[in-house]
This record gives sequence, structure tokens and C-alpha cells, in this order.
Amino acid sequence: MADTAANGPVLAADGSPLKRSLGRALRRQKLRALALVAPLLIFVLITFIFPIASMLFRSVQNDIVSNTLPYTVQALANWDASTGDLPPEQVFEAMYFDMFLAAEAKRHTRLGTRLNYEQTGVSSLFRQSGRKLDDLGKDIEKPMNRLNAAWKDGETWYSIFDAGTDSADTQLLQVQRNRVAALTDGPASGDVNFAPSAAMAQALPTATRAYTAWAVYTATQDGKDPATTDPWEALPVALVHDLKTADLSGLNGPAVDLLTELQAANIEMPTFAGFFADMDEDWATATPWQTIQTHSGIYTSGYFLNAVDAQKTPEGIAWQPEDKQILLTLFVRTLIMSLAITGSCILLGYPIAWLLANLPMRQANVLLILVLLPFWTSLLVRTSAWKVMLQQQGVINDVLVWIGLVDDAERLIMINNQFGTIVAMTHILLPFMILPMYSVMQTIPPSYLRAAKSLGATNWTAFWRVYFPQSVPGIGAGSILVFILAIGYYITPEIVGGTKGVFISNRIAYHISSSLNWGLAAALGSILLAAVLILYWAYDRIVGIDNVKLG
Amino acid sequence: MGLPPYATFGQRVWYYTFRVICALIFIFLITPILVVMPLSFNSQDFFTFTPEMLRLDPAGYSLKHYEDFFTNAEWQRSLKNSLIIAPIATIISVSLGTLAAIGLSQSHVPFKGTIMAILISPMIVPLIISATGMFFFYSSLGNWMESNLGLDKNFVGYIKVILAHAVLGIPFVIITVTATLVGFDRSLTRAAANMGANPVTTFFRVQMPLILPGVISGGLFAFITSFDEVVVVLFVGSAGQKTLPWQMFTGLREQISPTILAVATLLVIISIALLTVVELLRRRSEKLRGMSPG
Repeated sequence: MADTAANGPVLAADGSPLKRSLGRALRRQKLRALALVAPLLIFVLITFIFPIASMLFRSVQNDIVSNTLPYTVQALANWDASTGDLPPEQVFEAMYFDMFLAAEAKRHTRLGTRLNYEQTGVSSLFRQSGRKLDDLGKDIEKPMNRLNAAWKDGETWYSIFDAGTDSADTQLLQVQRNRVAALTDGPASGDVNFAPSAAMAQALPTATRAYTAWAVYTATQDGKDPATTDPWEALPVALVHDLKTADLSGLNGPAVDLLTELQAANIEMPTFAGFFADMDEDWATATPWQTIQTHSGIYTSGYFLNAVDAQKTPEGIAWQPEDKQILLTLFVRTLIMSLAITGSCILLGYPIAWLLANLPMRQANVLLILVLLPFWTSLLVRTSAWKVMLQQQGVINDVLVWIGLVDDAERLIMINNQFGTIVAMTHILLPFMILPMYSVMQTIPPSYLRAAKSLGATNWTAFWRVYFPQSVPGIGAGSILVFILAIGYYITPEIVGGTKGVFISNRIAYHISSSLNWGLAAALGSILLAAVLILYWAYDRIVGIDNVKLG
Repeated sequence: MGLPPYATFGQRVWYYTFRVICALIFIFLITPILVVMPLSFNSQDFFTFTPEMLRLDPAGYSLKHYEDFFTNAEWQRSLKNSLIIAPIATIISVSLGTLAAIGLSQSHVPFKGTIMAILISPMIVPLIISATGMFFFYSSLGNWMESNLGLDKNFVGYIKVILAHAVLGIPFVIITVTATLVGFDRSLTRAAANMGANPVTTFFRVQMPLILPGVISGGLFAFITSFDEVVVVLFVGSAGQKTLPWQMFTGLREQISPTILAVATLLVIISIALLTVVELLRRRSEKLRGMSPG
């Protein structure tokens, strides 16, 4: 033994150095612990942490604008909105084709709804214009078809734009596939049976792009063969527009004569700006364009600004119009009411906790049941009980009328207001205040109070200078717990709160299920979550999460 | 802390005033729960005591609201849904939660603080936020399951709600089981291993019986969490998964019917039963742990 210790490392039973053997054992122990925790951890990460994180992401996500109007956003990038002038013609042109595709995919109303959160009226502007987009195409189709009946036929169009054996512009095809995929929130893969001709893409860029987008959409979304399908009204528009300036001399193939003939006819068409102004005079103002430009980023702070009653404008951040400012008030109300609830819980909980901590064990246990029973009773039972009690024809009013304190004609209004919410929630959260207070007060030795008194303190001094400071941790723990629970409450304010007594969580629910402004709901939720996490962190520092006890 | 014989008049007055204040607060705590019980036997469709009831006239009382609850198809369906969802969610959270709590109670766990924070988080995050997050997540998960796995829409609805409720129950299982394991004497498992038991046998024959009270009360917490839960099921579920609390919630918000009071009374009785069980288990657990040194 002495030999080994002097000559080398201590060995384990199997002959390997003890240090390494211990390290291996420790590693194995850690791995085993992790393996036991892993299934639950993965489960919680996937079904809880990930959904919350993606909700947080949703509050800044804004790719809908650039997904729906990709070329318009590009064209608008160089426009200086602050001058108040209208954007240049190419913005209107890009907008026409973007909007046309979006309207065919029925996505333009969704974008309209999104932009309507920022600028009232955009939604109806988009919806109404979406119906009128065809008119321009129909006006141009007529002279075209009179000129040559071949234009009526989808195969003519296909033969013009399809590369066939010539070189194809595969990049354009891929870009349009991505565009359709982004627009429709689904994959736009699969066989299209079409490849845009590189030569056409050179000579007639707008028309080729529009035709490719149409072909991709038709093949992947409608499941039709572009070679035999008649194209949308946007394509005559694109073609006639391109032919105004196109140079056809480099082209060859069967369709060149058709194109030359069409170019020579020089069909009349209005400017895109003029057409938009015709559809709705709002397009002839800078406002909708400013809205699109301001909110064209993939990420936005817009929802968060909305959540605090502000908004993004071309001139920077500004307050919402007065009549739309409700959320800050609601945040403040949530805070004040949660504080009021916490305060009344302290007032009501402290005497009870003190009594429980100072009574003999047997009596305290009996009284504790009176605290635990509400704690264990269904939240909805307690909420419905309060609804029954507080109603104008309810139990409390009946009793007051019966005693004669209140006249039958003037029954108190105690529900559907802040009073109702505060009373019901104080009752619901009171056990969460009493239990931590009780467990702290149990540890305060009663001899301290007696010692203070024997040293000459009055009852009040003994309590205030000796007992109370020692019970403060209990008050702190209970208060943070009650406050955290209160600011996120939904059910009780919804039922007994009316309109004046609702919390920010009711607003979140409203935006999720009624107004469908999910971005704003996510932003409101993120702010609420941040507040709760800060409080929770404070709770952990003061009390420690390990000290959370149930029942 | 009785009143000492030398107490002054002022002290006597305060002593009794304090008792009265406490009694009033206890009344505040317990009255709402007690009031619903007699009201649920009301023979009228009122939410208040009728003159007949106050006269204790038998004609003022009836079981018709209970009858409605047990015969109304909508209430029965929601009861059935609650009884399907809550137990399955509880089984998931108890089995995963107990394993994880045992893992967490080992002496060397890397990132213990972070893991604990993640596992407890469903209890910390306000329900409305969990519900919002899950709403987005489960609607896409549901669509995916319906289109890619070809599952029935109603079945997928149950899966969504059960998974969501299982997550909400997990913190309660973790907290109660970890608390039970704090007093667990590790030398017992070592002794079992020493006598030739493999880890699985040790777990089921030695460790499990000792921590069982904690596991069961954690399970009861998880069960009551799911059984009582409205917000998440409101957002994640569809009409086919309407649970009892959901039905009560719509009842309270829209067409208020006294059947709610009958249901409330039944639920109060259930919670009294659960409270008793948890309390008995807690005592048993303390006794069991008191037997082992350490």
C-alpha cells in the first residue's frame, strides 16, 4: 500500500487510476440524470417554450407586405415620401401587377387588413380596387382580339413566352416560384410545364415576368396546364405596355409577326397612375403609398408601438389619434387594479395569517381548511358564486334591502365594474397571500414579542418594531405571487368586469378571437410576459423558487 | 394565546375586535362557496333565495337543476370531454414529471437552475399568454397532423388539448415530487442495489412506494389544473372539445342558467374530496419520511 502511494497514482479496483475512474463515474451519473430529465425537457421545450417564442416573434414579423407586393416595395424604396408628391409611374405599374396576382390568390384583402391597423381606410381601398383590376385588361383585350383572334387563345400566349428549345431564363422561373410560394404560404414546387424564354425576358420584361408568375400560379395552385389555359387580364396589359417601348428586331420565331402587328396597332392605354386614380381617388393621394412604404420592412416595431398607443408614420413615431388611445389606459388600469387587489389581499390576509400562526396547532389546522377550501375550489365556481352574490337581483343586494340599508329601487351596482372585479379577484387570490405569510409567521418565535413587552414596549410598539419587520418577507412573497397572478387574469374580469373592469389580458383575447389582429395581440402579450418575468425574477431573488409550496 | 387575566380593558376590547375581524374575513372566504349550494336546489330559475326557500318550504326546493345537468346532452358531453382530457393529461404529466424530478434530485445535474426554470415556466407565464402562444402553435400542428397523417379533425382536437393541459400540469408534479424527494434517504436505493436489485426493481420496489404520496398529490394538482382550466382550452380546442369549465364559462357569459349552480355544487364536493385526499397523503408522506433517518 505504502508502495503504491509513493510510486504512482492511487488505483481503483480495476487497476485504472482512481481519479479517472471517479471522473468517469461522475460523468455517467450526470448523463443518467440528464437522460431522466430529457423526455420532459424536450416535451416542454417543444410544446411550451417554442410556442411562446414564436408568439414573441410574431409581434415583430411583418413579411406580409413584401410577400404580397414584392415589386411595389422595391419600386417604392427610392421614393421620398416626405415631399408629399405621388410616387413615380413605375410604382403604379409594379403595384398593378403585384395587386393583380394577390387578388387572384385572394391575399390582397389580408394585406389590406394588416395595413388598416396603421391607416384606417386601407382595407376597403384594397378590397374595392381588387374587384376593379380586371377592367383595364378587359379594355385592352377587346381591340387586341379584334386585331387578331389568335390572342383569344391561351396557346398563342404560351408559344410566345415559352422557351421551347431556345435558352430559358431559369432564374426568372425560380424567382416567380418563390414569389408565389411566399404569397400563398405554401410550396410552389412541382412541374410547371413552362420555362420563360430568355430572349422574350430581354425584349418584353414586364410581360414575361407577369406570364411566368401566372404560369407558376396556374400550374401549382390551380393545377392546370399553362400551355392550354387562357391567361389573366393582366397579361394583355403587360404586353401592350411593354410593346410601347420594346425593340422586337432581335427576336425570331413564329410569334414575332403577331407581336409586330400588335406593336404597329399601338393600342391606346391609360397610364397606370391614371388607372389607379380612376379606380379610387385615394390612390391619387400620397397616403396609401406612404403607409405601404412605412410598413414595408420584414420586421416591424409597429405592433409594439400600437401596443403603447403610438404608431409609425412617414415622419417617425407619433401618438395614435385620441379616439384610438385605449391600450395605455388599459395597462395602467391593469396595474392599478392589480395593486388594489394585492393591497386588499394584504389587509385581509395578514390578520388571518397571524391568527393561524399564533393559535394552537389543532385549532389552526381546522381554520386552515377554511383557507384551503376556496383554494381548491374551481375558479369558475367561485366566479359564478360572485356573479350570483353581486348581481342587482343577487344575494347581497337582497340582504341589504331586507335589512333596510338600501331601498329596493336603488339596488347597488356591484357587478360589471371595477368594484366587482376587485372583490371577486381578492377572494380568489387571498389564499395565495395567506399561505406564504402563514409559513413565514410560523417561524417567528413568540418569545420575541414577550421579550419586547417585558422590556417595556406597548403592544403596538412590540408588534410594529419587533413582529412586523420579521413578517415582511411573507408579505413580499405573497404580494409578488398575487400581483403576478392578478395582472395576467382573464376569466374573472371577463365575467364580472363588464367594460370598465377588464384587464389587458381581455384585450389580448379580443385581438386573438375577434379582431384577428394577431400581431398586436402578440405584442401586448410580450409586454405582459416581460413584466411577469421581471416580477418572477424578483420573486426568485427574494423568496427563491424552491420555496414555492402547494397546499 | 388566550387573554391573560391581567389584561386591561383596552386589551380585552382589541382582543375581541380582532377575533370579530378575523371571523368576518373567514366569512368572506367561505360564504361564496356556501351560498351556491342551497341556491342550486332552487325550484325557480332565479339566482337568489326565493321567499319559499327562506320559509324552508319544501316546495321552494327541487332537484331540477341537477336533473337538467344529468339529462342535458350538452352538459353531459362537456362532462365526458373533461373526463377524457383531464386523466390522460394527468398521466402524461405525472409519468414524465416524476422521471424528471428523480433526475433533478440527483446530486450532480448540469444546468440544474436553467432546467428547473424551464420546467416551472408553464406555472409562471400568465395563462392568457400561454394560450396565445399555443393557439398559433397548435393550429399549425393540427393542420399538419390532419393533412400529413390523415387524422380525424375531432381526434386531433383532443390531442391538442391534452398536450396543452399536460404541459400546464407539469410544474405541479415537479414541485411536489421534488419536495418529497428532498427527504428521501439515498442509502435505501444503495442498500437495495447492494442486495442485488437492478435499477428498475429498486425504483418500483423501494423508491416508488416511498415517494408515492408526493406523486399522487402532484397528480391530483395536475388533474385539477386540467379539470379547471378554461383559457387554454378556449383557444386551443374546438367546439368538439368543449369541457365542463368551458361550458360554465359560456353559460356565465351568455345564457345564464341555474344549472351552473348545480354543477358548481358538484365541483365543490369534488374539491372537498380532493382536499381531504391531499391532506391525508401529506400526513402519510411526512410519517413515511419521518421513519427514515435523514
